[in-house]
Amino acid sequence: MSEFFTLSVLIATFASAVRLAVPYLLAALGETIGQRSGVLNLGVDGVMLLSAFGAYYTVIETGSHLLGIGVGLLIGLFMGVVYAVVTVHLHAKQGISGIGIFLFGLGFSDLLSQELVGAIQPIKKLPSLAKLPLVGGIFEPLEDIKYLGQLLFSHNLMTYVAFALVPTVTWMMNNTTFGLNIKAVGENPQAADSLGVSVGRTRFFAILIGNALAGLAGATLSLQLGVFQQNLTNGLGFIAVALVYFGAWRAKWVMAGAMLYGIVTATRLQWQARDIIPNSASDLAAMTPALITILALVLLAKRVRGPAALTKPFSRH
Amino acid sequence: MKTNRSRRFLTLLTALLALSMFAAACGGSDDTESATGTATSECGTNNAVVKGDKVTDKTVAVVAPSDSQDLAFTQSMIDSLTRLGIEPQVTDGTFQVEVAADAIRGYAEDGINVVIVHGTQYGGSLAEIAPDFPETSFIWGTSTSTQDIPNIFAYYPEAQQGGYVNGWIAGELADGGSIGVVGPVEAGDAVSYINGFRAGAEANGADVAVTYTGSFSDVALATEAAEAFLTVGVEVLTGTSQSAVGAVNVANENKIPWFGTQSNQEAWSTDQVVASQVYHWEVILDDMFEMIDEGTLGGEAMSLTLENGGLLVEINGCYNLDSDVLSGAGDIVDQIIAGDINPPA
Amino acid sequence: MKRLLGASVPLGAALLAFVLGSIMILALGENPISGASAIVEGAFGTGDRFAVTAVRATPLLLVGIGITIAFRASVINIGGEGQIIAGALLSTIVALVIPDTPRIILIPLVMIAGMIGGGIWGAIPGALKAYASVNEILSTVMLNIVAVQLMNFLLRGPMIDPIEKNGSRIPQTERLSDNAAMPTLVEGTRLHLGVVIAVFAAAVVYIILWRTPLGFRLRAVGHNPDAARAAGISVERNITMAMGMSGALSGLAGVMLVFGSESLRLVTDGGAAGFTGSAGFNGIVAALFGGLHPLWTVPSSFLFGALLTGATQLQRALQIPAALAVALNGLIVLFVVSSDRLRAWLHGRLNQGAFDNETAELRESTNNSTDLQPEGSNVHEATP
Repeated sequence: MSEFFTLSVLIATFASAVRLAVPYLLAALGETIGQRSGVLNLGVDGVMLLSAFGAYYTVIETGSHLLGIGVGLLIGLFMGVVYAVVTVHLHAKQGISGIGIFLFGLGFSDLLSQELVGAIQPIKKLPSLAKLPLVGGIFEPLEDIKYLGQLLFSHNLMTYVAFALVPTVTWMMNNTTFGLNIKAVGENPQAADSLGVSVGRTRFFAILIGNALAGLAGATLSLQLGVFQQNLTNGLGFIAVALVYFGAWRAKWVMAGAMLYGIVTATRLQWQARDIIPNSASDLAAMTPALITILALVLLAKRVRGPAALTKPFSRH
Repeated sequence: MKTNRSRRFLTLLTALLALSMFAAACGGSDDTESATGTATSECGTNNAVVKGDKVTDKTVAVVAPSDSQDLAFTQSMIDSLTRLGIEPQVTDGTFQVEVAADAIRGYAEDGINVVIVHGTQYGGSLAEIAPDFPETSFIWGTSTSTQDIPNIFAYYPEAQQGGYVNGWIAGELADGGSIGVVGPVEAGDAVSYINGFRAGAEANGADVAVTYTGSFSDVALATEAAEAFLTVGVEVLTGTSQSAVGAVNVANENKIPWFGTQSNQEAWSTDQVVASQVYHWEVILDDMFEMIDEGTLGGEAMSLTLENGGLLVEINGCYNLDSDVLSGAGDIVDQIIAGDINPPA
Repeated sequence: MKRLLGASVPLGAALLAFVLGSIMILALGENPISGASAIVEGAFGTGDRFAVTAVRATPLLLVGIGITIAFRASVINIGGEGQIIAGALLSTIVALVIPDTPRIILIPLVMIAGMIGGGIWGAIPGALKAYASVNEILSTVMLNIVAVQLMNFLLRGPMIDPIEKNGSRIPQTERLSDNAAMPTLVEGTRLHLGVVIAVFAAAVVYIILWRTPLGFRLRAVGHNPDAARAAGISVERNITMAMGMSGALSGLAGVMLVFGSESLRLVTDGGAAGFTGSAGFNGIVAALFGGLHPLWTVPSSFLFGALLTGATQLQRALQIPAALAVALNGLIVLFVVSSDRLRAWLHGRLNQGAFDNETAELRESTNNSTDLQPEGSNVHEATP
């Protein structure tokens, strides 16, 4: 136990928590934007699986991580268009259409993986800042700083993107017309409509961004792990949706939720490695992130209202 | 005192010896036997599974829970059948027992002669299905029992044996340090492998830590479990299940030696995979097919052991293990076969 | 005529999805016609296949009708997987503890135990939502994870088959008492009583929802919680009740999966889907295809069961990975769900005479009662 509470181990655990949290964070931020506009997307997991495979396959074929991330983003955008058309224009019941996307993503990514790749091939993982081609040299000395280096400067590019998105999303929601429109459309679409805000278009773009972020999340997952397998996400997308509620639709609380999940997971794996948690309790250990998330919400939740028009399709009549 | 004739005889003998070694080295297989139970591959060969001659004309089908190309459990069976020259019909990815049961019954109804039921959890369903098809032979694993049904053969890997050997070699590499084991769920042959590994490593003075992540498929968990072991300061890593690829990637990145099981995992890391305990099911399948051809459709349980060649610790030629470690491993194998060492299951 | 046209739209959507599926099959180098015939043959080819389809549909039906209850009360229940597991665990425990009870008592007992297990697993998120404002999507997702690990813990520990303990260590129970096995209805097939029980349950749910005060309260809460509260209906209690009932039906599905299975054991492969076959999600889809109405869920889950059963034949006959069927399911869902609006439009078109009344009513009902509304916010907003 005492070896765990040394600075270097604690920092390493935190770094592990960050790695775990990043895909959750990206996907949850995207879902937050979508839900703020009044649209629930339960298909995040499916989008993530498709983009995870897409990114992985791109890296196999081209060797470029940047291209891989790009492909993941594009897949997210494409699925966003599909979902937007289905929910906004065709008024499909949102919970169920999300499940449809999930099933499709789960099956199709598995199918493509079996047909196009076959035997699992590990790929080179997303490089940390210091290992980036060309510019890596700048960051090397930073990473070498004792403790602080590993804590702050040893992560991959997508990690910084994800955390930078948190204040960005907050700022966007509060300080841009687009963000204010999203909130208006999510609260009271009729009123927004009467004020001249195009409900359909606002929701369309909110969904697009949301799914694009889910696409980034999936790409980050497979490129961080360096592999793709059927059902790589193991329910990550659903947990990300759950984190939106945990975060009461506010970006920084969503981030807190993702980090909580990551920290609990990283800690229990550490404690199992050190036999602080014996293997007879490994199932209990595996439950802890889920239990703690519920507990935390029960204890800490402010009773925040969600977007009043969440899941209600809008018709101008 | 050497006469001319004895000198000529000696030369001939040496020449013959050299010739036979040369022939062996250039022979069909990529492996050179360094000792029973272990085999070192040529560095740079891709360990392709060589298709052998067909051993039976019976039709064969396989029902398996994970993907045929998982480089683990299911692939080991497919590879073994390939070595026996058999191209089975395959239904894979049937992780839900009822679906697998459906497939098993379906093959039997279609008239397939031999259905290989490659999943321990299918046993309960099989017990209901097999009696309905007395003309079909069902080969089921991994299990030590045929459930007293006459047309069921059972197979089981004594995974702790190869595990012990892996563990012993790992202990050599760790040199008194610690070793990390990333396990999925504490069930099935994962436990035998890990128990054997731990015993082998500890016998060689290493400290072994085991983490069961709680999932067979969660690659992210396996990755971070391996990362956690790095902070403990492990010198060697091993693990099992299809999620193990996450841990292998961590080993690869950090230049830490890796030991694999079920299939040859060199494809996942040519540099860091030291050895894999490979399941050569064909050793016992061959016997079973022979019995089936003669009319016995079941009733025996066979296991893969180091002795019968069903378990082979395939050592990565690219890793360049010390020759005394190699011969030490060979000794360990001999002791296990002789019964002097009894790895715990 | 109008009804026919209404039904044609989801059918048309399903057809479109099949077209896309055929394209995928073609891309894999196989003949889509043989693909389709493999599916049909696998699902309906013989009497026994029919039975397998019905048995496969049973958990879908049970989960599905539970979903319809939840939807009418405007709660989303994606905790089916966990509730199935909870029901299976509790019912298995009962069967392990009192195996020699006569069949006529034991079968109802395990069914009740399953419903209690699932009911608790559903009521917890319901209560958390109603009384602690914890969104049900969050709690059900988390409880799904907890349920799987609980199953792993129990099946490799206290509930493991004693033979396995030092043997192969398969995380499964011993073969359960024959007294608890669902009786076979037709000799020589696998059709068991569970199928009939599920259909009966659908009828019961229909009656509860539309013919009892409880059902009225549930629907009122779903339709307009503020008005319901003003009328003296406890929104919190009814939300909890709806989730509990939904969970209980999923728990019953778990009972069917164990006691209707050939092996008569509870076995796990470490994940949820290995036991449930994703019935927790597929049941939602079945409910959708049934228009979120318990009675229509009967044929829709049967058809869905047919698709799933046919897919195994597809895999066996044409070596097409099962993953294709999963993807195809997703596509069909998307298309059917998208056709809702088209259907409403068609209704409007055909009702030129009663245009104002009927379609306005329809739009009202499409917008309000059948939509999913996470209740978290509105429920507490009204509290002064």
